[in-house]
Amino acid sequence: MQMADVTLRSLVKTYDAVPAVRGIDLDIADHEFVVLVGPSGCGKSTTLRMIAGLEEITDGEITIGGDIVNDVPPKDRDIAMVFQNYALYPHMTVAENMSFGLRLKRFPKAEIKQRVDEAARILDITELLSRKPKALSGGQRQRVAMGRAIVRNPKVFLFDEPLSNLDAKLRVAMRTEIKKVHQKVRTTTVYVTHDQVEAMTLADRVVVMNHGKIEQVGAPNELYHSPRTQFVAGFIGSPAMNFLPVRLEDNAGKLQVRLTDTVALPVPDARAARYRSRPRSEALTLGIRPEHVTEARSDAPPGTAPLDARPDVIEPMGMETLIYFKVGESELCGRVNPSAATRVGEPFRFAVDMNNMHLIDPATGLVI
Amino acid sequence: MSTIAVNDKAAPTRKVYRSMKQDRIWALRWSYVFLTIFAIFFLTPPIYMFITSLKSSAEIGAQTNPWVVYNPTLINYIALLTSSQYLTFFRNSAMVSVFTVTITMMIAIPSAFALARMRFWGSTVLATGIFLTYLVPDTLLFLPLFKMFAVFQQWTGITLLNHWWVLLILYPTLTVPFATWIMIGYFASIPKELDEAAIIDGASWLQTLTRIFIPVALPGIIAAAIFSFTVSWAQFLYPLAFTTSADQLVLPVGITTTLIKGDVFNWGQIMTGALLGAAPPLIIYAFLMDYYISGLTAGATKG
Repeated sequence: MQMADVTLRSLVKTYDAVPAVRGIDLDIADHEFVVLVGPSGCGKSTTLRMIAGLEEITDGEITIGGDIVNDVPPKDRDIAMVFQNYALYPHMTVAENMSFGLRLKRFPKAEIKQRVDEAARILDITELLSRKPKALSGGQRQRVAMGRAIVRNPKVFLFDEPLSNLDAKLRVAMRTEIKKVHQKVRTTTVYVTHDQVEAMTLADRVVVMNHGKIEQVGAPNELYHSPRTQFVAGFIGSPAMNFLPVRLEDNAGKLQVRLTDTVALPVPDARAARYRSRPRSEALTLGIRPEHVTEARSDAPPGTAPLDARPDVIEPMGMETLIYFKVGESELCGRVNPSAATRVGEPFRFAVDMNNMHLIDPATGLVI
Repeated sequence: MSTIAVNDKAAPTRKVYRSMKQDRIWALRWSYVFLTIFAIFFLTPPIYMFITSLKSSAEIGAQTNPWVVYNPTLINYIALLTSSQYLTFFRNSAMVSVFTVTITMMIAIPSAFALARMRFWGSTVLATGIFLTYLVPDTLLFLPLFKMFAVFQQWTGITLLNHWWVLLILYPTLTVPFATWIMIGYFASIPKELDEAAIIDGASWLQTLTRIFIPVALPGIIAAAIFSFTVSWAQFLYPLAFTTSADQLVLPVGITTTLIKGDVFNWGQIMTGALLGAAPPLIIYAFLMDYYISGLTAGATKG
């Protein structure tokens, strides 16, 4: 099997002096599934299209399998791409769509047939082979688009928001399907999405991008539990992490964060070490995920602090209940057990698990 | 079983709407009224031509109801279809139109593809320029063109004037701009990802054009071809100016120059000749109507 690692070195793309990608460095290992995720306009699609060769590289270097491909046309880069709107050739049958690339390269008929059949079997679309795209559902079209990529047996798969056009239920099913296909064919994959759930569930490593730069690269859990910047902390996870303006202060030799004049939460000793050097009464941002704001329990672990508030909105989700409430001027979201007795406007005691707190320097946006 | 008492307080004040069905019926009636008026307006001339074509010269000149055929005869049809002159006109027209369509398509398809897809310096200016060319009327162009051909003959000794094939140089100046313009619009409505997919699949620009764009844009191409055919079939001014010998004439000019002798109008044959001449475009329209309509409305909605 050919080596198919992809590296990006100080990659830059500007459109008429408007920067879209501002210097990206990334190493993608052979067989790896990497997801580029970020809000729209963050440069993730442009990066993917530069790897594909559909956009010219303004500055920097891209290598595929060790070869610099900056000036190599797309067809010679040995890549396959799946587009958001499927981009199936409407006048060709499914089999013709899948074999188009192979036919252009003048593969022997027998091998084309064998490859198409194999890909169709993997994707479970064998009975659709003689149909035209317009006779297919969205999910089926997406499978065909993937089949067209698989039959080429390329070094790298590129996915450009492939599930965004599908309805919610189908999206979840196809997500699993893509993961299964990758586990079978093990081709190096670069996948672009704006959906952090897709990124978390599919990726070996997630690349979070914002404003044309990489915010953080890491395994899904690493990003979730140790975000490096406020952007990553807020982007990964749903509902999003709560951010509150706080001030750091000493309280009888212990550190605590003051939320309002009347509310302060103690910082656990395990966490306190990294904050001790910060100047006191500096304006900071406290980041705490909704699942770490729960109902108060008698068996709460050490480091959990009580917080009294009145729920503004209560959203029962079944397995949990989301509660939105205010502390001072800032709105928080907590996730409590559905059995906890809550009423809008009535006092409720939350428990904040400060072991999972993050402190962010608002000046730099970096997590301390 | 209990009954539910309906206490509709709003009933006396509620506005009464005509039912949807009623509205629809009225809309249909009005559309039929106008369609009928238009049909009468547009079909009267060809029907009158058809009636006249079935009459002998004597009956046309007689003081009878012109809408009634008393002694139907095929004499005009027989005269024209056995006249080698009329058949020559027909053949010239057919050759000119078929070749014009071919030449137009061979120029317009690649240029429309280039202008719609390959971003190059000045491509948008060029696209607009092509459309502006179409707006220049042929009545302005035929004199300078005639002069150009005459000078060309002086310099090279090659006679372009008074040959039917000179029209193959002239007609594309009318058809290529419009056909290109139609197809730029049609090609532009093809999603960008489709050619990107083809490029990644390893297709060259030419392969993308021939194997993806032409088949996908076939309705637009057929619309452009029909348009070119109609223009070259019906063109009158250029053949009138550039061809004079009877064996080089095309139908519209041939009918008017040979069937009107001085002040003698051979109405029966003129009507028959015009009717027969209108047949080929009619037949082509009938066969390709569905394609033509979808070609003209392409890009109106995102397919």
